[in-house]
Amino acid sequence: MSLARTESPLIRRILIGIALFYLILFIFMPLFIVFSTALEKGVSYYFNSLKDPDTIASIQLTLITALIAVPLNLVFGVAASWAIAKFDFRGKNILLTLIDVPLSVSPVISGLIFVLLFGLQGIFGPWLRDHGWRIIFTPSAIILATIFVTFPMVARELIPVMKAQGNDEEEAAITLGANGWKTFWYITLPNIKWGLLYGVILCNARAMGEFGAVSVVSGHIQGFTNTLPLQIEMLYNDYSFTAAFAAASLLAFLALFTLVIKSLVEYRFRAELKAVRKGAH
Amino acid sequence: MFLLKQKTTLPGFHLALGYTVFYVSLIVLIPLSMLFIKTSTISFADFWSIVTAPRTLAAYRLSFGAAFIASFINIFFGVIIAWVLARYSFPGKKIVDALIDFPFALPTAVAGIALTTLYSSNGLLGQFLYKIGIQSAYSWTGVVLALIFIGLPFIVRTIEPVLQEIDPEIEDAASSLGAGRLQIFFRIIFPAVLPSLVTGFSLAFARTIGEYGSVVFIAGNMPGKTEIAPLLIITKLEQYDYSGATAIALVMLIVSFILLALTNLAQWWASKRIGMS
Repeated sequence: MSLARTESPLIRRILIGIALFYLILFIFMPLFIVFSTALEKGVSYYFNSLKDPDTIASIQLTLITALIAVPLNLVFGVAASWAIAKFDFRGKNILLTLIDVPLSVSPVISGLIFVLLFGLQGIFGPWLRDHGWRIIFTPSAIILATIFVTFPMVARELIPVMKAQGNDEEEAAITLGANGWKTFWYITLPNIKWGLLYGVILCNARAMGEFGAVSVVSGHIQGFTNTLPLQIEMLYNDYSFTAAFAAASLLAFLALFTLVIKSLVEYRFRAELKAVRKGAH
Repeated sequence: MFLLKQKTTLPGFHLALGYTVFYVSLIVLIPLSMLFIKTSTISFADFWSIVTAPRTLAAYRLSFGAAFIASFINIFFGVIIAWVLARYSFPGKKIVDALIDFPFALPTAVAGIALTTLYSSNGLLGQFLYKIGIQSAYSWTGVVLALIFIGLPFIVRTIEPVLQEIDPEIEDAASSLGAGRLQIFFRIIFPAVLPSLVTGFSLAFARTIGEYGSVVFIAGNMPGKTEIAPLLIITKLEQYDYSGATAIALVMLIVSFILLALTNLAQWWASKRIGMS
């Protein structure tokens, strides 16, 4: 019976071989290159290049940006998924499409729209200049662009999870006299916590790694508006390859950490994630 | 309560929806509308001459063309990878499975410098490719290679769950009626995964046409030759040509929206087919 369902061992091996060859070429090798180039001049060189003041400043800006963008998008994600997953209302599909927009827009365009808003030739540009304020080419613009780019990440993970959970438990709690916040805190939150965790980690990874959008609004001022990815670009273009890859290895670690959390969440909550996959990717 | 379609006992609908709509308007709707407002200040003749300039057309050809080729290559290998992950077991499978999402999690600038180092003429893989006459960096080929990396998880993750859900009893039935493996694949499995191939292709294509970070390092950036459309937008911005940047961006945005609509249509078509069977 089992023979009828599967291919001959030879075909199986060939297919596994093709799959692994492709993945080695396009996934394992780039991953390997990041760490091998970062360490090619030794461990002490690696740590010294990370101690460069401009690199440290860029790490700080990246952390601050994520610290502002992620909580804002977390609150939004919870509110949006509560409204969308728990209620049936008119215009829901339009709202869902709008939430997806930042994912299907080129990162460069995501930066461009903020230049059109706040740049000197932009709508609010002259007004801001007259009041002595600047947004474009300052950290504020970087934070705004990052919020835009990462804004669907939490909502997209949560909506399918909350939908799969259904409304029965919450309705029972309300009927028994619990108020809305209590119901959310004691019933909904424990049910969605794994999806929420993965959404936050993914949102954070995106916020720290965003390149195209922040590149447009940053102005590339070292020590002031360079985020870690922009600093990597600058080091690379200055032919400081080892230093560039040392900085890049930090973000590669972050990506690997994100994947570990994803696997853990998958392991802890298989059914939840199945719903997520159906809805998302 | 006119928005709600059904009566419900759950609280917080107006608060949650109100906040969601407010935040979406502030963060997405208003900034994005700038693109249309700015375009409305450009005369149609100017708009047309910007988006049909030879340099713009070459950039579109590269961004759309390379995205199409990369997604096409990924569909072929993506099916094999999804098939292997869904059906076979081999050592290290869990790690391989987890790493499929690596391109999705890795910041694009890191991907860009890694791929360029890998595929340039003295790179680990590039040295062999250059020897057999493939210029794998600073060329069209380089752009395709970067977009293959970026698009792969979208395609594998769309096909994999569909392969897992195919009822093995149908295959058993076909096999007991005398069908061979190839016949089963082309008559049963392929039709079942076809909608997800379409969805995966358009997701990867939509994601890759606007890609910047992973491509800009390996592309070569020669105007009219290896310059991608997002880079042309940045170049125009640096020359304070806001109208030019906006016009080029608007065309890309409209293509993305059409793709998004087609993807939704494909998903709707797929769910209808599954509902019927």
